[in-house]
Amino acid sequence: MNKQSKRSLIRGSSFPDLRRGARCAVLGVLLSAAGLAQSAGTDVAKSLDDLKKAAQNAQMSGDNAWMLTSAALVLMMTGPGLALFYGGLVRRKNVLGTMMHSFILMATVSILWAIIGYSLAFAEGSPFLGDFRYAFLHGVGAEPNGDYAATIPHQTYMVYQLMFAIITPALISGAFAERMKFSALLLFMTLWSLVVYFPMAHMVWGKGGFLNGTLGGKFPAWDFAGGTVVHITSGVSALICAIYLGKREGYPSESMRPHSVVLSVIGACLLWVGWFGFNAGSAVSAGALASSAFIATHFATAAAVLAWMCTEWIMAGKPSVLGAVSGAVAGLVAITPASGFVKPMPAVLIGVAAGVICYLMVSKVKKVFGYDDSLDAFGVHGIGGTLGAILTGVFATKEVNDLRMGKAMGLVDGDAGQVVNQLIAVLISWGLAIVGTLVILKICDAVFGVRLNKEDENVGLDLSMHGEEGYNFEA
Amino acid sequence: MKKIEAIIQPHKLEEVRQALKTIGIDGMSVWEVRGHGRQKGHKEVYRGQEYQVDLIPKVKLELVVPSARAEEVTRALAAAARSGSIGDGKIFVSEIEDAVRIRNDERGETAL
Repeated sequence: MNKQSKRSLIRGSSFPDLRRGARCAVLGVLLSAAGLAQSAGTDVAKSLDDLKKAAQNAQMSGDNAWMLTSAALVLMMTGPGLALFYGGLVRRKNVLGTMMHSFILMATVSILWAIIGYSLAFAEGSPFLGDFRYAFLHGVGAEPNGDYAATIPHQTYMVYQLMFAIITPALISGAFAERMKFSALLLFMTLWSLVVYFPMAHMVWGKGGFLNGTLGGKFPAWDFAGGTVVHITSGVSALICAIYLGKREGYPSESMRPHSVVLSVIGACLLWVGWFGFNAGSAVSAGALASSAFIATHFATAAAVLAWMCTEWIMAGKPSVLGAVSGAVAGLVAITPASGFVKPMPAVLIGVAAGVICYLMVSKVKKVFGYDDSLDAFGVHGIGGTLGAILTGVFATKEVNDLRMGKAMGLVDGDAGQVVNQLIAVLISWGLAIVGTLVILKICDAVFGVRLNKEDENVGLDLSMHGEEGYNFEA
Repeated sequence: MKKIEAIIQPHKLEEVRQALKTIGIDGMSVWEVRGHGRQKGHKEVYRGQEYQVDLIPKVKLELVVPSARAEEVTRALAAAARSGSIGDGKIFVSEIEDAVRIRNDERGETAL
């Protein structure tokens, strides 16, 4: 039989035929099973049990494949995504140091997560922090954790959540770019994970968490993929860091142009792609909800790109490439908490709002206040995250995610109270980020000194901190 | 011998090289440089932050020619590099005392 005829044979067997065949087969199995029932009743039970197990295994491997892929995609957001995005925005002498701020967290936070982080964030404990039952990954194995994800191994869920814990502190580094001491950075990131991220993740996503929407929270707030936990905490902490460390030498009189917008464009594109793992992966399964989150994410981002670009074009005269890719990141940030709760058109609205408001934040408001949020971690993540968290309460609908069994999910469903809950979550994450970051900065300052000395800052992070240069043209 | 130094618009480099080649000059050194004369720089905007960029990219050529050919080469170079707008650059001509071909110690104009 040649290839062509084989293919047409396969095409010829339509799906209804297959299904009918399968039905007949099942019927046959049942009938013959019934016939045997009197003599061997246990066989029927065993067959059905086998069938159930086979179906469960099939779903598990499907969900697990998507979740492992998503975990890898989210890691890709930090390195190379964020490393390139931020690396391109700094001056040439700081490119390696800036990329290292992201990269080193892929190692540091991973080890911290295995020792204590996962347990503090996701073990049951108080409403504010988990206990130590999963310390050193004790009891985190192949058996699914039904509270969080019934159809994937607990290990998969653990490693997927780790990738979020990695990128969140990495986002902050945009605020203190080009002027933080590396030793202080390591201590800061470790303490920040312990004091801000793990408690916040527990409150919003952990079982019994204060703000958990489904697992017994006092003020159930919707945060599908991390508007409060990831973007508000990192963005607001970034603002505190920018103010505490002070402006870079020569800011804003000296030229601090990005040394390679090319790198930033590549980084932003990797972020966009990786974000599908972040948002669609937050469905913790490979079903229709993942598709819905994927689509909301994509359309919000596209809308934010156009919104930022057009606003800039009108207000500043030219549609910059850096503006377009910054718009993408703003849109991705804002849709993050809403992605699993909203329909595509509200997602577009969220994107438009993020594009316009974040543009105004970084280009106008920052100038008025005069702080040096060098790479706009606050303007994009803090503001975009806050906007997204509030709008989630507005646009969340049971038509997308029916967590309340038919009751209203957000303002569009008729529940104005959800917006209040979202505001409470926003306030708590702002408060925790501000207080936590200030305390940690004080500690780091006392131990190492957070700010580079003037000479090292002028030389640049690459040489002064790491003894290398990013570009050795004569080599 | 004369040294001819020319600072020109980067996009004019190929035209200048072709023009010099047609009159038989094909030895030169080229640098990418930054600078400005009477030409003003340009404005760049990154996320609303404006930067006035005064030092703009230029290309600098350097060639040493027999004194008898200096005028001809200078004219050909200027003609090829000219676009008529501010920022076309400048040419400087100066005296060279001696030249050495490193391979075989030839001196003076024969070394060119």
